Amino acid sequence: MKRSLALAYLALALLLAAAAMFLNAYWVDVLNSVGLYALLALSLNLILGDAGLFNMGHAAFYAVGAYTAAIINTKYQVPILWALPASGLAAALFGGLVARPVIHLRGDYLLIVTIGMGEIVRIALVNDVFGLTGGPNGIFGISRPVVFGHKIHEPKDFFYLIWGFVALTVFLFHRLGQSRFGRALNYLREDEVAAEGSGVDTARYKLMAFVLGAAWAGMAGSIYAAKMTIISPESFSFWESVVLFMIVILGGSGSIPGVLLGAFLVVGLPEIFRGFATARMLVFGLVMMVMMVFRTQGILPWRAVRFKESDIVKAEAAP
Amino acid sequence: MEQFLQQLTNGLAVGGIYALIALGYTMVYGVLKLINFAHGDLFTYGAYLGMTLLTSLLLTDRLGAVLGVIVLAAMVMGLVALLGAILERAAYRPLRESPRLSAVVSALGASIFLQNTIMLIYGARFQVYPADILPQTAVHLLGIDIPLIRILVLLVSLVMMAALYLFVQKTKVGTAIRAAAIDQGAARLMGIDVNKVILLVFLIGPALGGAAGLLVGLYYGQINFTMGWIYGMKAFTAAILGGIGNIPGAMVGGLLLGVIEALGAGYISIAWKDAISFFILILILIVRPTGLLGERVAEKI
Repeated sequence: MKRSLALAYLALALLLAAAAMFLNAYWVDVLNSVGLYALLALSLNLILGDAGLFNMGHAAFYAVGAYTAAIINTKYQVPILWALPASGLAAALFGGLVARPVIHLRGDYLLIVTIGMGEIVRIALVNDVFGLTGGPNGIFGISRPVVFGHKIHEPKDFFYLIWGFVALTVFLFHRLGQSRFGRALNYLREDEVAAEGSGVDTARYKLMAFVLGAAWAGMAGSIYAAKMTIISPESFSFWESVVLFMIVILGGSGSIPGVLLGAFLVVGLPEIFRGFATARMLVFGLVMMVMMVFRTQGILPWRAVRFKESDIVKAEAAP
Repeated sequence: MEQFLQQLTNGLAVGGIYALIALGYTMVYGVLKLINFAHGDLFTYGAYLGMTLLTSLLLTDRLGAVLGVIVLAAMVMGLVALLGAILERAAYRPLRESPRLSAVVSALGASIFLQNTIMLIYGARFQVYPADILPQTAVHLLGIDIPLIRILVLLVSLVMMAALYLFVQKTKVGTAIRAAAIDQGAARLMGIDVNKVILLVFLIGPALGGAAGLLVGLYYGQINFTMGWIYGMKAFTAAILGGIGNIPGAMVGGLLLGVIEALGAGYISIAWKDAISFFILILILIVRPTGLLGERVAEKI
């Protein structure tokens, strides 16, 4: 990690921690939803930003995670945080299953298919599929998470849980971006034919990006379920997917700092300008159009990792 | 049997509306290879403009029901066509040379923008069309009573589709549109002004979409600012079903989708009605991405 970037992350972390100390419960809660959206947008960024796959049904993975956690928790009394891996697994499985047959579709067709997939999931939830999802009312009575005997219910407690998870995600995804996997994704985004020609198994990497992104969204979903204690299909509508899509595109697709900034702008900013709330989507739509003409890459664009020559020599010398 | 025929005729009427919207998608796709996501919202504009003009100008009172609705339709189509041309100029022309996916994002932005302008102007609630514009009579046909409006909706959409088909197939301008869809560079060399063709496509498509919006308003009586996206998705499914880029395909796809959806809602489950078209969309893209009569869409290396 470049030193300036590391310093920026450290400054952000300190600022947030300080903010949580001084802000009242309402603003801490706003920061919590920014964190949750940041988490979801980071997971979408893996699919949309790094691999360049247009996914506009991300809310479906989020929903699968949230409902898995809620069902496990309310039906089997499993503590909600223990349901986290199960949510991730369920969402990953679902993501892999739905992405497998459509992954070869060209960009805008994939977009349409994922919109359709997201809507089918929402309609299935409303129609109480398998008698598990509680229909349009959703599931309520999800228990609060307990960490080391400390019951989490204050916004401030959730703040540390959510932003801790965001910090972990940023660290892991940053490492992932520099790994063979991340570089392969960037390669196939930039030029799929060249990537295939250089021996990157594009279909497999695309699928892996989908599965990993879905898994992360699923885990974010279980945190959401724990935070709200009540979930219903309307929390996972098409507009959630659109908002996540916007965060990634506006912030800078493929760029982790960009996505974090995007989450603050798209989710946090309307809270500061309350009068602006009804016109929020109007402005974002306009910004999306203007952005595509003047700054396609987003506010904080992705930059290719540069390696020093000494690093390459070292890497080649290694067995 | 009666239920079947009722569902069938209803499906054909709704399918006619889908087909009109689908034509806009398919024509734009044919020439620009772009999915115009904002098309559904132009359709919504058609419905809202129709309502405003109807209630403010009192056309049907002054000119009688038939002439009034025809004049209204002409005004709505003209205004929505203008909107389509502005959209093309503002959101798509600057991106003609950029990567295709930037244009897709711009289209999405345009869709969100248009939808929210309607919400801010008219409010988020359902709006109701005046009920007494067209006579509420039923026609006795095939042993069942079919509402007159249902037959009119189907007839109007069929006439418009036939007119468009003849225009594209038989006139010189239509030939230019088809040429630009096949190969823009070659069309340019043959002296066709491709920019004009694109503009024309963005006038015709939205005009038909606007007419469809008006038909929905008259048929169902109530409209909402978000309806553009669900109708847009259905119409897009219809375009894919028939084969995107293919004008007769959009017509066939629209009617077929309307019938499938109506029968599915009647015999399987009304709660899953919207899911049925999404299933068809996904299924078609997986199994036969070329649609029933269309070009190839799956990426090939």
